[in-house]
This record gives sequence, structure tokens and C-alpha cells, in this order.
Amino acid sequence: MSRLEIIKTYKIYIGGAFPRTESGRYYVPLNKKGEPLGNVCLCSKKDAKNAVVAARKAFGSWSERAAFNRSQILYRIAEMLEGRKAQFVEELVLQGSTQKAAQQEVEASIDRVVYYAGWCDKVSQVTGSVNPVTSSHFNFSVYQPMGVIGIIADQSTSLIGLISQVIPVIASGNTVVVLAAENLPLCAVTFAEVINSSDVPGGVVNILTGKPDEPASVLGTHMDVNAIVLGSDSKELNASLRKSSALNLKRVIEMQTDWSKADAQGLYQITDCMELKTTWHPVENIGGSTSSY
Amino acid sequence: MAKNKKTEGIEWNYSSSLEGTSHIQLQKKYDLFIGGKFVKPHSGKYFDTINPATGEVLAAIAQADETDVDKAVKAARKAYNEIWKNMSGKERGKYLFRIARLIQDRAREFAVIETLDAGKTIRESRDVDVPLVANHFFYYAGWADKLEYAFPNRKVESLGVAGQIIPWNFPLLMAAWKIAPALACGNTVVLKPAETTPLTALKLAELIRDAGLPDGVVNIVTGYGDTGEAIVRHEDVDKVAFTGSTPVGKRIHEIAMEMGKKCTLELGGKSANIILDDAPIDQAVEGIVNGIFFNQGHVCCAGSRLFVQENVADIVVRKLKDRMQSLIVGNPLDKNTDIGAINSEKQLKTIHQYIQLGVEEGAELYQPECRVPANGFYCRPTLFTNVAQSSRIAQEEIFGPVLTIQTFRTVDEVIQKANNSPYGLAAGVWSDKGSRLFNLTSKLNAGVVWGNTYNRFDPSSPFGGFKESGYGREGGLHGLSAYLK
Repeated sequence: MSRLEIIKTYKIYIGGAFPRTESGRYYVPLNKKGEPLGNVCLCSKKDAKNAVVAARKAFGSWSERAAFNRSQILYRIAEMLEGRKAQFVEELVLQGSTQKAAQQEVEASIDRVVYYAGWCDKVSQVTGSVNPVTSSHFNFSVYQPMGVIGIIADQSTSLIGLISQVIPVIASGNTVVVLAAENLPLCAVTFAEVINSSDVPGGVVNILTGKPDEPASVLGTHMDVNAIVLGSDSKELNASLRKSSALNLKRVIEMQTDWSKADAQGLYQITDCMELKTTWHPVENIGGSTSSY
Repeated sequence: MAKNKKTEGIEWNYSSSLEGTSHIQLQKKYDLFIGGKFVKPHSGKYFDTINPATGEVLAAIAQADETDVDKAVKAARKAYNEIWKNMSGKERGKYLFRIARLIQDRAREFAVIETLDAGKTIRESRDVDVPLVANHFFYYAGWADKLEYAFPNRKVESLGVAGQIIPWNFPLLMAAWKIAPALACGNTVVLKPAETTPLTALKLAELIRDAGLPDGVVNIVTGYGDTGEAIVRHEDVDKVAFTGSTPVGKRIHEIAMEMGKKCTLELGGKSANIILDDAPIDQAVEGIVNGIFFNQGHVCCAGSRLFVQENVADIVVRKLKDRMQSLIVGNPLDKNTDIGAINSEKQLKTIHQYIQLGVEEGAELYQPECRVPANGFYCRPTLFTNVAQSSRIAQEEIFGPVLTIQTFRTVDEVIQKANNSPYGLAAGVWSDKGSRLFNLTSKLNAGVVWGNTYNRFDPSSPFGGFKESGYGREGGLHGLSAYLK
């Protein structure tokens, strides 16, 4: 007798746990051949609110970690991704990729995580400055993370877009609520499992599935979201998010490009979601003028 | 408690807490690591490396001569031309990440071997040296594909083959400081560890081989000063990096200048540790102890010249003596030990000569009455008061647990005294007031200045000296420039 396969239940990821949507709703995305991919959570506004609460709760400890520690954790994500390579390739193929393209996408995604892992403890070295003010002060400027960032993920890819948009944002210490690609959600759900087993504290990355518009409206208007990343090419959605950003002067970050390209990564993807802080400290100016050594 | 025979003085009631050595793997004999393989030395000669805590022989180490060095440089050149030069930064970085991870996996083994071979306490090798080594590789791994960000408006290029010579005080850490940035920038290396502490570098060679690094990218040749000189003089070595004493550094500089090689030097120091009268005294005393007795004082940036503001000198000296009384000198493998073994008999002799000299110069000697093991090389923590600025023990690098104390009245005076040295590696300042502290940090001529802390190191923080303490920086973004055109 042949063995009966166990079918995976696709759940969302909030605060380090895997609940179903509180709404109890689902949808069935289809692949290119018209085959159903499975029952996927159709997230609600309330899910988005819960995710923001979880993200805010995680922000303090994540942002205060040593940058070096975050870099190690990001590298751990890459290690876990590498171990799950076959699963991601399988899901990409199921969602319509060719085997070769799927392989390339997964490998590029892993390398991109490693790339950003290397950035964590270098961002401030490259972007910070000591400012030669005319008064006797030690004056320096350093970027720090913004807080909770809402991300509408790229809707045209399942994995590489998601990774390219999420990883640089958390690298600096932000926490995120991500709305996955509506029609290509499988890798986002599996990526949540990777995050869950990579020493990333619960709440740093929260991943919701479904039609982006509904939860996005919450992210757009939520007073506890510091910035919104426009990662999809939906003109209508982006326009409404730009508009609602005025409520609390949410930073609006445009992040749309062909993520499969090797150069679709960089320092500015990180600093876009950071704030610059300048510190002044007095310096006495006594003695030493006669020293000639 | 573990009784140490033939000891004197006060007994401390600690049970011994020895780190196990059963999990380490050491061979009886180590060959040279050239072109990805361990090969026998051309001369067939080997020398012993010993455990300075006991005097027992740990292993026989191959002695490389000019022929071996030439072979190593050729292997490095071949790897550079055929593979490493053209490899993308991303892939180079991935190798370095791998090395970092393997070091983390085997951290305890490396720590124990470092302690056996160098005499430093297990607490230090376990909690300071080896974690810093892994972090250093991890940090520079991330730079390999980001070099264009480090030097805007400049087309960066690797140099070629780097010859690197490292000292015995931080054997593995210095190897990491040399190898990681060199590889991240696309160079290949020939590294010579110190003759008294070659083991962890050779274990690193094994680990590098296990990491699958292409053959010849890292070559490790062991030997004495003549082996080092052969590396420096080799026609096909493009860059020389040296950490060690100032006299040897000057010779290397001379050869490098003559032959038109790029060079960086991290040399000796006689660093000032300055206690202002508003400093938190107890913290400062801990800082003084850490500054001079860390790693038995075998630290190029050791805070070996203590300057205390006159109005708090009495209390600082009293508290310092009390604190010194509680330091435990003994078996480095014991987790209770604060001060381990002096690295070699030769170094112990040098330290004793300086202590004798201090007494002859009229300074007042203080050593706590602590017990010292009968075998091996040990030195009690030592303090000199009544020291003149011109005294040799206040001017020359001793490289041992010997501290000189001078006092000062004004900030101007201490800046003059502190800067009056041919060296300029590091300095420490202790004050409760940030504005006073930054005044001194900006006026002291030293490559690293610690405020209300001492002997802190981090892969992201550049390290290196002014004046005769050498030139070039290791660590941080600036550490990359030593290995780029």
C-alpha cells in the first residue's frame, strides 16, 4: 500500500507563534496551471493590529542588542535557509518556477541574507560622522533604527523579494510586520519557520498572508508604525498608503525593483529605515598647549 | 584545597578548579603548512614548544629556513594568481564566515591549547582571546564584498602576497588580526607565529584546511627570527605586517623601505594610565589592575605607567596594594588564577632584570605576599612608587606585571609627562566628568585612548600606535587599508 502524504497547514507568524488568522477566513491561491496551492490564511485588520503590538514589544530588546549579535543571528538565518533549500525550491516550482530558476532564486536569497549579516556592525562606521563643530564639543552623528516597520512585500516573487525587503530592515534593529505575496505565499510561510528556528526573538518578524489591502490599511493608519515600505507595485494601494502616512508622518520607503538582480541590495536599503541622531558633549580645553611631545 | 608544595606566604582558601585537557587534540610533531598541506622542513630540524607553567614539552615544531619560506611564498603567489585574486568578494567572505563558525565550534579546544602553550590564564583565553578571534573573522568576512563602501572614490585592489610575523603574547588573536583582513581584501598570506607559541596557529592551519579554503591562500611557517627575516626579505612578498618589539620593528621597517614593500607595524608601548582626582577610585583601581596585570602584563598597550593626581595618590596606592594582595598567581589552567605564567624563561629574566634595576634606581618596590608555584615561570605582580620620570623602568617597555607610579598636580603636567615617551600606543583616563575625560583623550598622543576602562578590544575598533609604537591600524574599517592598494 502506498503511504498517504501529510499535507502542510499554512499558518501565519505573530510574536514568535504560528496562529491561524483570528478571522477564521481562508483563500486558495492557484498556480500558473490553475492548481490550488492550499488553504492559506486570509488575514484581517485585527491580525495586523496584533502583529504591530508584537513587533513593538520585540523592538526594545532587538534594537538594543549589539550589532554584532544581530549579525550572527542573521547569519544563522542563512544557515537555516541553506538547510531548507530543497523545500524552498520545491515550493517555488509548485508556484510556477522552473527548477533552474527556483534554484537560482533560493541561492541568491541565501547569499543576500549573508550580505546583510555582514552589514549589521558596519553601518554606523560607514554612515556615522564626528562633526568638527567650532565650539569645544565632541559632536557625533549615528543612525539608529526607527521602530516598527510595515512592509507590503513584493507581489511578483515568493522568496527573493520578501528576503530583500525584510532582512535589511531588521538588520539595523527594527522590527517588522510583513504582508506576503498574495498569490505566491508558500515561501513566506516557510520562511517564518526558518525565522522561528534561527535565534530571531519572537515578534521581530511577523508575517501575514492574504489580500494585502485589508491589513495594509491598518499598517498605513496605525499610530505605532514608524514607517511603511511600499514593496508591491499596486498603484492604488501605494497611493492610499502614501496618503495615510500623513497621520503620524510615517516614513514612506519605496522599495520596488527587480530583486533577482545581483545589485538589488545595498547599504541604503538599511539606512532608509533608520533615523540620524546627533549627540553633543562638552570638552574642557585645559592644558597641553605647551606640550611639544 | 590543592596544596602547592614549596610555597610561601598567605594561603587562599579556594579549591582548585582546573579546566580539563582531555578534549584537546595535539600531535607530538607539527610540520609546516604550505600549499594546503603539512610538509616537512627542508632542514629536517625541529624545536620544542613548552608549557611555561610547568616546563614540560608540548610538541616538536618544524623550523623553516629560506627554502621553506620560498616554497610558502610560491604557494601563496600561485593561490593568489590562480584563484584568490579573481574570486568575488562575496565568495571570499563566505570562506571567512566558515572559518569564524569553525572557531566558535572548537573554541574551548583552542582556549585550552592557548593556555598550555602561552601560559595565559584559561579565563582569559576562554573569555577574551578566542571569542575575539572568532568575532574578528566574522567581522572581516562581512567586509569582503563591501570594500567599495569603505573607501569611496577609490578603486580598491588587493596587494598580493602578505608576509606576516606575530608575537607570543596573543598568539591566536594576532593570527586572526593578520589573516582575516588580508583575506577579506583578496590577498594571500605567509604567516610566522612566535617560536614559543606556535601551536594555536598550527591548529588554525588544520581548521583552515577543514574549511576548504583553497590551497596556498594561507601558509603557516614556524621558526625563529631568521625565518621571519626570510619572509621580510623575500622578493615576492608585497607587503609586510609585523607585531612585536620596537627594535625588531625598526629593522623590518628598514628592510621594507629598502625593498619598496608596503609595511604596517604594531610595536611596543609604555602607555599612561591617568587617574584624575574625581575618578571613581574603586573602579579606577580595578582598571589599573586590568591595565597592567592582564595577560601577565604581556600586552603591548599595557597601562604600565600609572599617573595619579597628587591629592588622591595615597588612597589609590593603598587600595591598589590591597587589591594586589588578593590576586592569585598560579596554574593558568585553574579558573581561579588571575595571573598565569610568564611566557618564557628568557622573558622572566628580562622582567627580573628590570625589577632589580628599579630598586637600584631608588624606586620603592612592592610585591604582595602571594604564593607562586615552584615549577614553571612566574612573577609576582609588582609595583614601584617614588619613580622618576627619567627612570628607565618608567621609560622602557618591560612587558611584564610591573607598574610604575608617578603623581601629578595639574592636567597640563600630566599631559606633558604622559606624552613624554618615544611610544604612543595607548592611554587610559579615569574621571567622573566627561568633559575632563575628553580633554585628555584629545590631547594624549596615542592610537587608542580608553576612558574609564582599559584593555578593551573589538573587531570593529581600530588599534595601532603613534610614533615608535608603529604605524597602520588593525581592526575596524581602517584595518582594511593595510591590505589594499
